[in-house]
Amino acid sequence: MSPTLGNYLVLSAILFSIGTAGVFIRRNLITILLSIEIMLNAVNLTFVAFGRALGSAEGQVIVFFVMTVAAAEAAVGLAIVIALFRHRESLNPDSFTSLKW
Amino acid sequence: MVSFYLFGAIAVLASLLVIGQRNPIYSVLLLIASFGALSGLYVLLQAPFVAVIQIIVYAGAIMVLFLFVVMLLNAPREATEYDERVHPLLRPGPMRFGAVLAVTLIVELWWALTKGRETGEFAAARVDSVGALGRLLFTDYSFPFEVTSVLILVAMVGAVVLARRERS
Repeated sequence: MSPTLGNYLVLSAILFSIGTAGVFIRRNLITILLSIEIMLNAVNLTFVAFGRALGSAEGQVIVFFVMTVAAAEAAVGLAIVIALFRHRESLNPDSFTSLKW
Repeated sequence: MVSFYLFGAIAVLASLLVIGQRNPIYSVLLLIASFGALSGLYVLLQAPFVAVIQIIVYAGAIMVLFLFVVMLLNAPREATEYDERVHPLLRPGPMRFGAVLAVTLIVELWWALTKGRETGEFAAARVDSVGALGRLLFTDYSFPFEVTSVLILVAMVGAVVLARRERS
C-alpha cells in the first residue's frame, strides 16, 4: 500500500501547525523566520502532492516560484534582523515595539 | 509506505526540535535535516527536480544565509525572563494562547482532512516530469518566470540597503 494524497495532506497540516506554533511561541526573530520557512515548506508539500494527484507539473512550477519568494523573503528579513540588532543588541521582538527611535 | 512514514517522522520531529531549541544554530541545522526529509518525500511524489532544488537552493543557499546571520550576530540565546517594561499582555500568557491556537489549527486541519472521502492511490506515474516542468516554465509561465528575476534583484538591493552600516 502506497501513501495516498490524504497522508500527504495530513503531514503537511502537521508541519504547517508546527510552523504556526513557532511563530506564536518563540521570542527570537531568527527562529520566527525559520518557522515561516517551515510553513512555506508545508505548503510546498501540498502543491507537489496535489500536482501528483492531478497528474500535472503545474504544482511543481508553483513550488519553484514559492522557493524564489522564500529566498527573497529570507534575504530581506535577515537584513532587517541585522539592522534591528545593530540598534538594540537584542533579537527579542518584544524589544522592537516603537516605530521610531 | 515505510519510507513515507520514515521521512514524515523525520520532518515532523526535526521541525518540532527547531522550535524547541534555545540556540538558533541548532535550529538552523535541524531545519536542514527537516528539508532533507522533505526532499525524500518529493522523490516519493516523483518530483525529482523539486527534490534537487530543495537540497541545493533551500538547504544549500537559504539555510547557509541563515547560518551566516546567526554567526554574524554571535548567536545570542533567547532570554528566558521577561522585560518589566513590556506590557503584561505581551508576556508568556499570549505565548500560551499561541500554543492553544496552533493545537486548535492542527485539530481543525486533521478533522477537515479526515472528513473528506478517501482519495485513493495516485495515478500511474508520469514520466519526464523535469521536461514537462521546463516546458511549462518557458511557455505558459514565462512571464512570471521573468518577473521572479526582478523580484530577486529588488530583494538583493533591499537587503544591501537595509544591512548597510550607516556612516555617522
